[in-house]
Amino acid sequence: MAHAEAADHHAGHGHPTGWRRYVYSTNHKDIGTMYLVFAIVGGVIGGALSGFMRWELAEPGIQIFHGLASMVYGFEGDAALDAGKHMYNVFTTAHGLIMIFFMVMPALIGGFGNWFVPLMIGAPDMAFPRMNNISFWLLPPAIAMLVISMFVEGTGGFPGLGGGWTIYPPLSEQGGTSTTFAILSLHLAGASSILGAINFITTIFNMRAPGMTLHKMPLFVWSILITTFLILLAMPVLAGAITMLLTDINFGTTFFVPEGGGDPVLFQHLFWFFGHPEVYILILPGFGIVSHVVSTFSRKPIFGYLGMVYAMVAIGFIGFVVWAHHMYTTGISLNTQRYFVAATMVIAVPTGVKIFSWIATMWGGSIQFKTPMLWAIGFIFLFTVGGVTGVVLANAGVDRSLHDTYYVVAHFHYVLSLGAVFAIFAAWYFWYPKMSGYMYNELIANTHFWLTFIGVNLVFFPQHFLGLAGMPRRYVDYPDAFAPWNMVSSIGYLVTLAGLVVFLIGLVEAFVRKRAAGDNPWGAGATTLEWTLPSPPPFHQFDTLPVIK
Amino acid sequence: MWFSSPGNLPLFPRVVPFAGAPGNGRCLTIPGVFAVSQTLTRFATAALAAAPALAPFDALAEAGRPVPGQIGFQSSVTPIMDATIAFHDGPLMWIITIIVILVMLLLVWVMVRYNSHINPTPARFTHNSLVEVLWTVVPIAILIFIAIPSFGVLSDQETMPDGTRAYLGASLFDRAGGEVIPAPELTVKATGNQWYWNYEYVDSDGVNFDSNILAGAEPRLLAVDYQLVVPVDTTVRVQVTAAPSGVIHAFAVPSFGIKIDAVPGRLSETWFRARKTGVYYGQCSELCGKDHAFMPIAVRVVERVEFETWLAALTVDGDPEAAKTTLASLN
Repeated sequence: MAHAEAADHHAGHGHPTGWRRYVYSTNHKDIGTMYLVFAIVGGVIGGALSGFMRWELAEPGIQIFHGLASMVYGFEGDAALDAGKHMYNVFTTAHGLIMIFFMVMPALIGGFGNWFVPLMIGAPDMAFPRMNNISFWLLPPAIAMLVISMFVEGTGGFPGLGGGWTIYPPLSEQGGTSTTFAILSLHLAGASSILGAINFITTIFNMRAPGMTLHKMPLFVWSILITTFLILLAMPVLAGAITMLLTDINFGTTFFVPEGGGDPVLFQHLFWFFGHPEVYILILPGFGIVSHVVSTFSRKPIFGYLGMVYAMVAIGFIGFVVWAHHMYTTGISLNTQRYFVAATMVIAVPTGVKIFSWIATMWGGSIQFKTPMLWAIGFIFLFTVGGVTGVVLANAGVDRSLHDTYYVVAHFHYVLSLGAVFAIFAAWYFWYPKMSGYMYNELIANTHFWLTFIGVNLVFFPQHFLGLAGMPRRYVDYPDAFAPWNMVSSIGYLVTLAGLVVFLIGLVEAFVRKRAAGDNPWGAGATTLEWTLPSPPPFHQFDTLPVIK
Repeated sequence: MWFSSPGNLPLFPRVVPFAGAPGNGRCLTIPGVFAVSQTLTRFATAALAAAPALAPFDALAEAGRPVPGQIGFQSSVTPIMDATIAFHDGPLMWIITIIVILVMLLLVWVMVRYNSHINPTPARFTHNSLVEVLWTVVPIAILIFIAIPSFGVLSDQETMPDGTRAYLGASLFDRAGGEVIPAPELTVKATGNQWYWNYEYVDSDGVNFDSNILAGAEPRLLAVDYQLVVPVDTTVRVQVTAAPSGVIHAFAVPSFGIKIDAVPGRLSETWFRARKTGVYYGQCSELCGKDHAFMPIAVRVVERVEFETWLAALTVDGDPEAAKTTLASLN
């Protein structure tokens, strides 16, 4: 048992080694490492899918997907063209689901959460180490199910679910077996994150070091606490909705089928009651990370700590009462739309508090531009851009024109692909020395940052223009007038891809060169408990609990 | 009148009526909100005067179709799209641009002024009540300022004209200065199918026809075989649904400022009143399967007499080809 092991004080004794160390792992750091590796694999798969999409969209006309359909699925002639159009939808669907459930969530919550929540609160491990193991090991079968769903019979007899990550019925119900596989995948991923959430909440409430009151807790731990509450409340609603979808497809119920008295819009309400908190689940841990990075490299305590905490609490709470702003065009009533406009705009206030507090943290500081700080500053700027387009979209009157266009795609990639992902990389370079014990190569890491910064802006900024001009999203082909900005966007993908290659090179380089990082490579600004430990930390830490003054 | 300006003028002539008229806030009743909006209006006016041509959003735009390199909305031909564009290109665009520039300048300032070379000893402060109150209250004021036109535009979109209600059009802050729009004189029903639209003239014994994408025609992916034909300067009620056993689609025409989901088992309703003849294209805007990108919407706005001739030809035996030929022979 983990506790018994922790108690016996013989590092290296009784620890499983080899494959058992990971498969049987009850150690939060090993499980965190597995989550991070899993997220990298998920990110590479999801990023490859988007690569095919950008390749297809580089020019008007259908370039590659008919060929891809005949290569992968063996369709010929006109059938290959139809299969290719469908395959594009399968790719958008899988890209969205993989990036959300198998990249961002495992990286931020499972990966950095597992690694650093116990370290930051001075705990020896998570509250339920065995459950931590199953939380992780549910994910490989989950992503396997999703990948399988791309190859079994789906919409219109073609392989794969082409219903979008939002899996709106009735379209998703036409997906048959493939939708069933995707639903089971989401159930597993959902169960994984609910178990993880229970673990984090229990750990944070019960295992803080003596003296660490809630109001002295590091902001990253706060962000994980709030995130896991959102998971606990939102995921079961998704589970309910997709179970109803499952029985509609397989057992003849008609929850969402109008011919049987059901209502397709009901699914959208249930989905977005989950889906909107979900986007805060993706970004809140990033808020916590950016706070630490900004404070550390400004060598100055975080500005307005309590304001930062309760801004996150407010964002989490309001996140549950704004879901129908994704549904302005579904025919919901004027008064309903008015309410959702007002509620949605309120979110801008706590978000603004966070942005300005980060800047105020830097104000008067002594800023060192180490790689994590570059990512954090990039995050603050790009998240602001994504945030203000969110304010634009909150207005139902404008969203009427922008709903389901590339403007929305640009908006949510600015807050996720340029927000959450920048936070992930900030955390990666911030904690890489702590996790591995090795220092990354600053030149390679900075090159990674600049390539990514330029690349993602090239990809997504022109998509605002496309959306305003009226280009609908989830289109395999588009009218010729949209060609110029699509070309720019696709070129941006190549730059981003080069950044990803540099990232992987840097990862290998650090392990080859083995530059020892020391306990605290960041100096006086790094004040949280993980920096008091060796790098990498011992298998079990805090045999004697630290006391917080 | 607000709609008489030619479509190719740059942004500002269209925005100035909102920002330049100090009495525009008069319709507001809450004194505090009034004062805040007055201040912000003055601020926006100053910004407009100081920085001409920040974003010539409609420099490239046309009505009815996108043009290469376009960076803003398609041009408007309805009061609803007038309001949407005035709201977005006006207050919203200015506010978000200023916010982004402000954040950028602050970031540049702290990076330059407080980097470790210039400022080796960091300060230790963690609170400043004044700025914390300011950055909470000012955003709230800005949001209220945004909400006023926002609710106006939204209410206009979602309220069927009855011949007495005034619509904002481009005069965002002054409903009384808007246009009274007559009640609908024509009802068309658009039904989304996988993957084409069916248009039904409800008032004409439900005569209807399918509208499919026309391969090989220009503009590519927008041209259809049979367009939805409506008369100019006429309020048209659009009912939207989808085939009962089908999937969700969305009926959208950017230059009209309308987009509404076609949901199986539900009948939704919107309206438009186009003031210029021409062809206005839109595309299905809710993922509906493999040919989602290939079920365009084309609305042909014609003179009333042309419309009546076309509709008469259509109603003879419901043949859209005959009606199309008749309409073509008029020109």
